[in-house]
Amino acid sequence: MRIEQDVLKILLAALLLMAAIPWTAGKLSSDIFFEWPFFFEVAIGGLLAGVMYSLVALGFVLIFKASGVFNFSQGAMVLFSALTLVGLNELGVPIWLAIVFTLAIMVVLAVVIERVVLRPLVNQEHIILFMATIGITYFLDGFGQTLWGSEVKLLDLGIPNSPGLYFGGQILINDFDLVAALIAGILVISLAFFFQYTRIGRALRAVADDHQAALSIGIPLKHIWVIVWAVAGIVALVAGIMWGSKLGVQFSLALIALKALPVLILGGFTSVPGAIIGGLIIGAGEKLAEVFIAPMIGGGIEDWFAYMLALAFLVFRPQGLFGEKIIERV
Amino acid sequence: MHERKLGDVVLQAEGISLSFGAMRVLNNVSFDVHQGEIRSIIGPNGAGKSSMLNVINGVYHPQQGSITYRGETRQQMKVHQAAAQGIARTFQNIALFKGMSTLDNIMTGRNLKIKSNMLQQAVYWGKAQKEEIEHRRKVEEIIDFLEIQAIRKTPVGKLPYGMQKRVELGRALAAEPDLLLLDEPMAGMNVEEKEDMCRFVLDINDEFGTTIILIEHDMGVVMDLSDRVVVLDYGNQLADGPPDVVRSNQAVIDAYLGVSN
Amino acid sequence: MLYREAGEFKATYQADQAILTIRQDRWFMLALMVIAFLVIPLISSEYWLGTIMLPFLILALAALGLNVLTGYAGQLSLGTGGFMATGAFAAYKLATSFPDLHIFLVILLAGGITAVAGLLFGIPSLRIKGFYLAVATLASQFFLIWMFNKFGWFTNYSASGVISAPPMAVIGDSYVTGPYATAEAKYLFVLSIVVLFALMTKNLVRSNIGREWMAVRDMDIAAEIIGIRMLPTKLKAFAYSSFLCGIAGALWAFVYTGSVEPLAFDVNRSFQILFMIIIGGLGSIMGAFLGAGFIVLLPIFLNNAPHWIGLNIHVDLISHIEFMVFGALIIFFLIVEPHGLARLWQLLKEKLRLWPFPY
Repeated sequence: MRIEQDVLKILLAALLLMAAIPWTAGKLSSDIFFEWPFFFEVAIGGLLAGVMYSLVALGFVLIFKASGVFNFSQGAMVLFSALTLVGLNELGVPIWLAIVFTLAIMVVLAVVIERVVLRPLVNQEHIILFMATIGITYFLDGFGQTLWGSEVKLLDLGIPNSPGLYFGGQILINDFDLVAALIAGILVISLAFFFQYTRIGRALRAVADDHQAALSIGIPLKHIWVIVWAVAGIVALVAGIMWGSKLGVQFSLALIALKALPVLILGGFTSVPGAIIGGLIIGAGEKLAEVFIAPMIGGGIEDWFAYMLALAFLVFRPQGLFGEKIIERV
Repeated sequence: MHERKLGDVVLQAEGISLSFGAMRVLNNVSFDVHQGEIRSIIGPNGAGKSSMLNVINGVYHPQQGSITYRGETRQQMKVHQAAAQGIARTFQNIALFKGMSTLDNIMTGRNLKIKSNMLQQAVYWGKAQKEEIEHRRKVEEIIDFLEIQAIRKTPVGKLPYGMQKRVELGRALAAEPDLLLLDEPMAGMNVEEKEDMCRFVLDINDEFGTTIILIEHDMGVVMDLSDRVVVLDYGNQLADGPPDVVRSNQAVIDAYLGVSN
Repeated sequence: MLYREAGEFKATYQADQAILTIRQDRWFMLALMVIAFLVIPLISSEYWLGTIMLPFLILALAALGLNVLTGYAGQLSLGTGGFMATGAFAAYKLATSFPDLHIFLVILLAGGITAVAGLLFGIPSLRIKGFYLAVATLASQFFLIWMFNKFGWFTNYSASGVISAPPMAVIGDSYVTGPYATAEAKYLFVLSIVVLFALMTKNLVRSNIGREWMAVRDMDIAAEIIGIRMLPTKLKAFAYSSFLCGIAGALWAFVYTGSVEPLAFDVNRSFQILFMIIIGGLGSIMGAFLGAGFIVLLPIFLNNAPHWIGLNIHVDLISHIEFMVFGALIIFFLIVEPHGLARLWQLLKEKLRLWPFPY
């Protein structure tokens, strides 16, 4: 992949700011504790959390790339898949079988969504499709909880969840975060291979570039949509397993989609690398801000910090980091 | 072909070059337009005709060259400033406001002439209403002129193509422009519709004294209507002059028919 | 053949530009007003006025505000709740800092302050479009709610973070807020404000500014070419929209609930209002009211319907089913009629105009 010079400059500037602002804050305010090992500990924790954001953002990007639909229901899909998995497991289905069943259910869901929602709305304006996915969000949130109940459920896949010391005993990192990042990394690499080297992957990219052209060379749009929603469903399941093991399976999983939105605007809606780098920046930026800036303005800023960061960034670069610049024609 | 006395130069394009990335769209194009003239730009598809209009009304910013309009030289301008200087425009692919009626579309063309503020418009009675009625009267004149009375209240999205082109012309006219840029006003029309449109173009030019820059593919129309013609090909200026001179220019013939070996 | 325009000729542009050009429509509107102002307060129970009509009217006003921004000016916003909160807290600070200020002024000024907030958050709209803008408006939603939660100044350092409206009267002792206010007084007060602003909004959207908004919505580049300046036009939409949302928020906090915490205006409120304008009809004044009515009544219906047929369903389950029904309805409406209830109303009138003939 070719990276523009501008993007490199922006990333470099972002890194510098991420180090410079906490350092300055530490010097200025006595409330803020700043030591380099501690800084790196926070930053690495943030980056690992960012990988989890990337995972949710990835689901958005897949669907947006292939169908131009901004799928607001990605978060609901995360919740739904996790609820289904845990629900099946509680019914006595062994966990590996439950994962297989849930995968199948996510594929069926993709088929149903394409048939019931997307097909009747084909050729509608993007904004209408976006609002339809808000409808899907509400439906899935309600449906999942009607089926499986709304109490918090535990999901234990046996991933170690204890802090370990790394880098010569200087920096504390949670093992779970490392495993999660590893799994997310594997998923991303396999998706990249899927897009690059399989026939379906190439068809998906063709559809993303131009619906009409793809149709005219005989790529069936509706199959593509089912496939891409199914892949997004699988990505949602992975995210659901990761987040669910970490936080417990509960309604708040649906809200992590809101966390992924700033990642999207930062990275650009159509870019897989954008989703990943955007997730890392947001994850690290958010944690650093929470630790080194928030104490000065009252704390609890993680609700909006990512949004403000993305917003400020957008004003300078409306297409996001890796988005394509649009030339308007009349 | 009609012989006419033309006024002073109102618009002068001087060495315009425009590119998007590595793609050269216009290459050192220069021409002038006289007051009251009908000036045509012709050329094969992709010759840069629409881009030239976009340069004139500020949508595109050329890398080199300048536009002098009514004695004011500029290299870049904001899009809405062109409108404020009396330049109006129709589009190759219709750019109407689809959700609005014919009447509202044309009324929108008068936005620069409306003086009442938001509060007055919210109260409506009084100044805003007086103004609405005044502008409505003017717009009705345009509707009569273009013979589109029957579709006054129809949402433009529901109108047939030829009618949409007419409404778009009406919207441009509503601004009472000094310079009117018409981008393929007759594309995709049948003979009768073309004749109507030609009549409107000539009438606008005659009755209101509006200067017109016209892009058109139909050579018959171009030869009949234009005072002078600029020919573009792949962004290069091939010829410039009265229609019959341009018509017999060898480079133009080659560009249109291909060079025989 | 009761409803038709044949035989009604308009001799002036003024008559042709009236809001309701058909005689029967004018009668209908008059009847509606009589019912709203006289009949409903006389016959309705306190429950109906206080827990159904009040939220309906107030949410309709917020929906009107969002419809200006999203339906008319085409700028999708998910920040409505944040602006309602701004209105509520601005009204509270005004009413407690200047106890002599008349309630009308408190509410108008609260709207004005919200308009300024809307302006600030509208500035990015010049560079950002569509989904990017929608996400950006979420920034205002989260930031504003956080701000009201975090800084005690906004709640006059109340420990619970809840603000309560002081008793305020329109004149004499006709209270519209606080414990002495009757449901009728509250209802009439809110109704007057909502009708007033609905009329103002109608005037705006049929004037030049409304056409400019719609032009920007339908094709921004063409709008700019005919001389419409993007920034002022969009900012006016943001300002006026948040003005209405601010007033709605102030009414919600002061008149409807009496005391409120920032959480009442969280992102779910934003979605609720968005649903109202989707179901009611984007770009329609009538739609804001129809959509608000629908969304306010639906949960009440869903909560009671099982009892009517003798079923006893757990409250939790009902709220999940409510989610499902909302979601399904949104999708249903978008597929069947993307222009919402207002469009169905329009179609009904067109059919009625020709009735009993099919064409």
